[in-house]
Amino acid sequence: MSIFVNKDTKVITQGITGKNGLFHTTQAIEYGTNIVGGTSPGKGGTEVEGVPVFNTVKEAVAATGANASAVYIPAPFAADAIMEAVDAGIELVICITEGIPVLDMVKVRRYLEGKKTRLIGPNCPGVITPGECKIGIMPGYIHTPGKVGIVSRSGTLTYEAVHQLTTRNIGQSTAVGIGGDPVNGTDFIDVLKAFQEDPDTEAVIMIGEIGGTAEEEAAEWIKANMTKPVVGFIGGQTAPPGKRMGHAGAIISGGKGTAAEKIAKLEECGVTVASTPAVMGETLARVLEEKGLLEVCSTKK
Amino acid sequence: MNVHEYQGKELLKQYGAVVPRGQVAFTADEAVDAAKNLGGELWVVKAQIHAGGRGKAGGVKLAKNLDEVKAYAGELLGKTLVTHQTGPEGKEVKRLLIEEGCPIDKEYYLGVVIDRATNRVTLMASSEGGTEIEEVAEKTPELIHKVVVDPAVGLQVFQARELAYAIGIEDKKLVNQAVNFMLGLYQAFVDKDCSLAEINPLITTKDGRVMALDAKLNFDSNALYRHKDIVEYRDLDEEDPKEIQASKFDLSYIALDGNIGCMVNGAGLAMATMDIIKHYGGDPANFLDVGGGATAEKVTEAFKIILDDPNVKGILVNIFGGIMKCDIIADGVVQAAKEVGLDRPLVVRLEGTNVERGKEILNQSDLKITAADSMADAAEKIVALVK
Repeated sequence: MSIFVNKDTKVITQGITGKNGLFHTTQAIEYGTNIVGGTSPGKGGTEVEGVPVFNTVKEAVAATGANASAVYIPAPFAADAIMEAVDAGIELVICITEGIPVLDMVKVRRYLEGKKTRLIGPNCPGVITPGECKIGIMPGYIHTPGKVGIVSRSGTLTYEAVHQLTTRNIGQSTAVGIGGDPVNGTDFIDVLKAFQEDPDTEAVIMIGEIGGTAEEEAAEWIKANMTKPVVGFIGGQTAPPGKRMGHAGAIISGGKGTAAEKIAKLEECGVTVASTPAVMGETLARVLEEKGLLEVCSTKK
Repeated sequence: MNVHEYQGKELLKQYGAVVPRGQVAFTADEAVDAAKNLGGELWVVKAQIHAGGRGKAGGVKLAKNLDEVKAYAGELLGKTLVTHQTGPEGKEVKRLLIEEGCPIDKEYYLGVVIDRATNRVTLMASSEGGTEIEEVAEKTPELIHKVVVDPAVGLQVFQARELAYAIGIEDKKLVNQAVNFMLGLYQAFVDKDCSLAEINPLITTKDGRVMALDAKLNFDSNALYRHKDIVEYRDLDEEDPKEIQASKFDLSYIALDGNIGCMVNGAGLAMATMDIIKHYGGDPANFLDVGGGATAEKVTEAFKIILDDPNVKGILVNIFGGIMKCDIIADGVVQAAKEVGLDRPLVVRLEGTNVERGKEILNQSDLKITAADSMADAAEKIVALVK
């Protein structure tokens, strides 16, 4: 089992004929993802990588029954692409694109209200359920099917966590990158809730970073609702205030959003926080051991 | 992207938000000409740097005649101002804003932000103008009033009116002016893709006007492609030369105070790499994210920027290849090291896509590179090497 995506998820790529869209579609197909088509206005009726290309998302949905889309559209046009997918009734839209203007995302969030679509991202690595479905830019081979969920604001730190788990023979149920932008679709709480309800996820690693208060809110939610163990890590403990650390959302402003505050809040709410990014896997393994879950999470039988 | 106060005020004026009459000056003579043009008997000479706290640092002077304008302008131009936002090295004043003096009655605070909790543009106002808003938020949060704007319809008049009354503006004429100011500010914010706007203070004058005495505007760098006019406001004198160089190659670089140069892919991993260096007792010299789609050329450039920093005593390369392939990073490292002549210790940790080929390239080069197996191993090694 897993959350958000599995082997039955029917995926289209928006921007399938672009450089990034094409490359990652090929990779996804190789991984075994059920890619059913793609869109590229003006190239409808053609075919790439053995899947049909459509002019619009509506046409793609009508012809293929797609229920998920991956957006690789350049930033200036990405908000429009997300809204097109929402309008076509796609249930899960995963936007990989980096650098979308924040006010475009404010409009997208407004547009999503009352709609059934879940948006993940933008500026995220995507979502993977190991062995079943990979939507996004993460290297597939580092993942192993299993029972630990991962949710993260950072792409490469997600890979780091996955790699540390895999090398310890701990598999993953689903890894979700929610992205590093200040306004995004799905937040920590949405994903934690899904992991809590997923019968095959036994524990969760949550990777946050400086800026905003999403980690603090997630900590409160965990304390009130989560029965599964959560291990955390917060990046940016040494970041200076007022400087944007790459991600648009990773900035300490007005003395708020520091790593120290976030770590204190997480620990107060029962989350075990890894002291360095190098020990995320080790910390999780220790927690699993304490809870008697290590054996059930181990891929070594 | 930050702009100067006078540029922010120019923009506000275009949107009907009232600001004092003023003119920019680059020399003392220009300052006097500006004061003559403006007329009146009282002028404010304001240092223009991209940092707050100028008043307290002596960067704002009140001149009662043209001789004083000239004297203050001469004093401020070329002076290095140290405020709580500039860091100890301060910033040199190269531009001045000469403004008409205003008979201030009351000072207020007005700010516009994108609130991450509601995902909407939010206006904040307070009767406590002129002071640090963070301080007000901490000590007397009840004095900060907010309205959240629905992006489908924009800021409504009733919302602006509510805010004006909430902060204690009651005279009908003043309320209307405050409403107009807020509507103009909001429109400028959304039209020009601001990420932050602060009017501190917004004032009412004894002669019945509402205007911005100061203006701090920040712009979303992801949206600059659609605002040529804002890009023209960029003042390279206000930016770190290494950061400017990095931005030319689409590298995300921030200079820090330490001595270990870092080159990492991904913002989160880059931050975490700084953290782990610190954890093992070292000090990072920079934040550098080479991004997902780096080429060998980009890596070379990143390397040059790091080595250009005389404080750098050693370098840590930490790559988890996803789309970024390890062999490309390795090629870039070797190329760069040859070009610039690697004269400092280098620790490389590679993981992910094409890691074996990457390691092979590094091994076959005759460079002195210390290989590391994990993040922790890499951090420990580089910290030991620079000691």
